[in-house]
Amino acid sequence: MGYLGEIFVMAMTAIFIQNFVLARFLGLCPYLGVSKKLDSAIGMGMAVIFVMTLASAITFLINKYLLIPYNIMYLQTIAFILTIASLVQFVEMVIQKNAPALYKSLGVFLPLITTNCAVLGVAILNTTAFRSDSVTPYNFLDSILNGFFSGVGFTVVLVAMAGLRMRMDKADLPKSMKGMPIALIIAGIMALAFYGFMGFQI
Amino acid sequence: MKFTKELTKGFVKDNPIFVLVLGLCPTLAVTTSVINGLGMGLAATFVLMCSNTIVSMIKNITPPKIRIPIYIVVIASFVTIVDMVMAAYLPALHKSLGLFIPLIVVNCIILGRAEAFASKNNVLMSIADGIGMGLGFTLSLVVIATVREILGAGTWLGMRVTPLSYDPMLIAILAPGAFITLGFLMALINMIKEKK
Repeated sequence: MGYLGEIFVMAMTAIFIQNFVLARFLGLCPYLGVSKKLDSAIGMGMAVIFVMTLASAITFLINKYLLIPYNIMYLQTIAFILTIASLVQFVEMVIQKNAPALYKSLGVFLPLITTNCAVLGVAILNTTAFRSDSVTPYNFLDSILNGFFSGVGFTVVLVAMAGLRMRMDKADLPKSMKGMPIALIIAGIMALAFYGFMGFQI
Repeated sequence: MKFTKELTKGFVKDNPIFVLVLGLCPTLAVTTSVINGLGMGLAATFVLMCSNTIVSMIKNITPPKIRIPIYIVVIASFVTIVDMVMAAYLPALHKSLGLFIPLIVVNCIILGRAEAFASKNNVLMSIADGIGMGLGFTLSLVVIATVREILGAGTWLGMRVTPLSYDPMLIAILAPGAFITLGFLMALINMIKEKK
């Protein structure tokens, strides 16, 4: 299997089989908080894809060239979260200065991303992840791609959820089921549907 | 008297999970068994108590503009301590909680209490708030884990509680069961509230 096949496996795993939200339980706060409207769900999804890809790249370099050579692996959590927080701040400032139109659509979501555990989650998972032969650890490109595909997986379920919840507003539900409880039950049924993908042998 | 009020408000009135709906990622991920839920809850309580203490102590010398990174460093330091202590003394629990121990850093409850409470109140009240909120979080985790473990494995804290003829519903301890259990528990709480 060539490298393209490897990328395909990685994409399928990150988007469907081990979906970040539904199988790994990462990034649930924005998943339930920002899925009330389709527009904001798409905006949030784009912002998460962007930050996750960038964060995967930078945390990989920090881990390989700073933490491992100096044998300070125990500082991983602190180093990664600080990197992500400053990265998000930096991206926000750059976008605000150079692309005001983009800032208008993504800007409000960026500060929220610092505390999105999917971003820190993908950074930590990348340091221990292996390719499909389960011997080769991820290299720089693998980490970036994994970050990107995980972000795509997050966006797919976020947008699907927003579509479902917009329809759910009109449904005639018992009062105590409205809002968060029914959203959680829909998420459960979605997770059940995604379990179907687990049988795939790639 | 104010101390007891701050201490107990997290249990029911301002319960972080069922009322404030914060920190859902660890809630759903680790409640596959009661022991995991208890471990995660107590680890978060310790971090919450310590970070509240420090944040409250440094509230007068923290520059407002960079307060969030400062809070994150404080929280991350305590999470690292918990991570290392658990790896040394409770390796089995550490392994089953896995990724979610470092992820306590981004648990919205902890940063939320630092920002909303500890940065405005004195040290004693902040400690009470931290312990109360942490125990409220632990309590909710144990409730959810109880439902899931009994339905999904027929056990509670590893002891068998259902008759042998009960065929466990595996779905309850899988990912979909987590969402559905929490959804129904929240609906139940809403219903009780409406009746009052």
